[in-house]
Amino acid sequence: MSTIDEVITHLAEKFGAVISEFAGEKSLTVPAEKMLAFAQYLSDEAGFELLSCVTAIDYWPQETPRFHLAYRFNSISRNLSLNVRVPVPGVRPVADSLEKIYYNANWQEREVFDLFGIKFEGHSDLRRILMPHDWQGHPLRKDYPLGYEEPQFTFNFDEIDLRKPYAKNRDGA
Amino acid sequence: MSQLQSVTLDEIKHLVSDRALEGETMLLNMGPQHPSTHGVLRVLLELDGETIVNSIPDIGFLHTGVEKNMEAKTYTKAEVMTDRMDYLNTVGNNLAYCLAVEKLVGLDVPIRAQYLRVILAELQRLASHMVWLGTSALDLAAMSNFMYTFREREIILGILEMVSGQRMMTTYIRPGGVWRDVPAEFVPAVRDLLKILPKRIDEYESLLTKNPLFIDRTAGIGIISGADAIRWGLTGASLRGSGVNYDLRRFAPYSSYEHFDFEVPLRTDGDVRARYLVRIEEMRQSIRIVQQALDKLPEGAIRSSNHKFVPPLRSEIGTSMEALIHHFKLWTEGFDAPAGSVYVAVESPRGELGVYLEGDGGPKPYRVHFRTPSFDNLQVLPVLAKGTLVADLVAIIGSVDIVLGDIDR
Repeated sequence: MSTIDEVITHLAEKFGAVISEFAGEKSLTVPAEKMLAFAQYLSDEAGFELLSCVTAIDYWPQETPRFHLAYRFNSISRNLSLNVRVPVPGVRPVADSLEKIYYNANWQEREVFDLFGIKFEGHSDLRRILMPHDWQGHPLRKDYPLGYEEPQFTFNFDEIDLRKPYAKNRDGA
Repeated sequence: MSQLQSVTLDEIKHLVSDRALEGETMLLNMGPQHPSTHGVLRVLLELDGETIVNSIPDIGFLHTGVEKNMEAKTYTKAEVMTDRMDYLNTVGNNLAYCLAVEKLVGLDVPIRAQYLRVILAELQRLASHMVWLGTSALDLAAMSNFMYTFREREIILGILEMVSGQRMMTTYIRPGGVWRDVPAEFVPAVRDLLKILPKRIDEYESLLTKNPLFIDRTAGIGIISGADAIRWGLTGASLRGSGVNYDLRRFAPYSSYEHFDFEVPLRTDGDVRARYLVRIEEMRQSIRIVQQALDKLPEGAIRSSNHKFVPPLRSEIGTSMEALIHHFKLWTEGFDAPAGSVYVAVESPRGELGVYLEGDGGPKPYRVHFRTPSFDNLQVLPVLAKGTLVADLVAIIGSVDIVLGDIDR
């Protein structure tokens, strides 16, 4: 196992992941239920010490899967980088937290939770991080508007809230 | 939402020790208007006397929804938002974003433009390290350094203004190359700067490096081991201060960094002083890179000639019908990028600045995410600060070199 292609082929066989290629770079799509074991293997056996990036993409109105989680792992010792994607459904979006393996997943996953409403199981501190703690809704979802909303004031807050289609907690997230 | 919610200790009680709940230790709020937090950062401290038991950073005060806003703009127009995230590394942010766009659509950049990008990115790194050096020393009550570093930073900002018309929000680097060629005064101005800088850096060092007060405040404080630092996602000079050789200019060279000869300074102590020494040495290496890039700076085109993505030169528009059409198309609807995603990372003055960019076949990015170095570097603060004194916290925050605009985006 030396080149990234060999690593990817090996990982795909071991975890039943799907390989895709774009712009000369391969990435792996790993089923959500295997992600924790996959990350454990990456960290312990494959030498990927650094979790560079965790983020999510919303494919609304598509529902299964509505979201993709995108991870980027780096191996400093072997000079390799790996892209991993994990599909997450739109109804009750839940994924496993990688916080126990890569500590910096803590804030990165909090950010995904805050802006996309994807919950991470096993996370020690799943609170909002960028938005105010009492904010309703998850701004980076595609059904969340970018402006052009009716302004709500104290006297008509509830009235407008009733006919506001977005920014509500549809799934209690 | 119709009534105000109050913040209670319940929300964070899993982050403090049991002694805090019994009132044995004190909870103290630091910030968000504290001058030593380098922006609007709030840290909730649990203190046992003067000793920090726990620290809980609270961020988001500068959150402006840059990522969401970029989804509503064309690839070209979205670029101006990148300057405004990490306001000490505007050129580097542009560079990371442009590299991502170029990778997404498959654009080649002429070698002259790549060298110009390197020169400006390294000048920006110098300017950023100067701000860091001045302000973090100021936090430790070393006032004079601040004046000296800002004096040299002004020269660098003057050079940025010379090439782009703007001191800070330059947007000089564009997808496919740079905005326009540098003026004739550019190379002499940078050479003049390089002549004085090595001596000036010695001067900064003479005020701090062997100063017993500075050593007392920095040595052996905020220690983290290399293995832990990687697990916490620490990158940049803060990671190299713990002895891990991870510099993206070497790890995955971009913009022809592989053409230049430079060293990656390392220290193994992993404390505030080690991070300080690494950054000082990095400034010297940046000077070397700029020097080489100036010596080797080739003549030629400054942006790609693929006019499906890159606007033609202004002078061509009057004579070429095709150039006029391209100009019109690019400035009205922009260019379409294929459906797919890329991740590109550059070495910002603070560490790994990554851009995740996804296209959907249209002229606007479907999703842009910035993996900003300050975000992960701040996360490690509770680990570094545990067991130190309140006064040391200021030194530690300074040493990981955060920019709050970079964290909150």
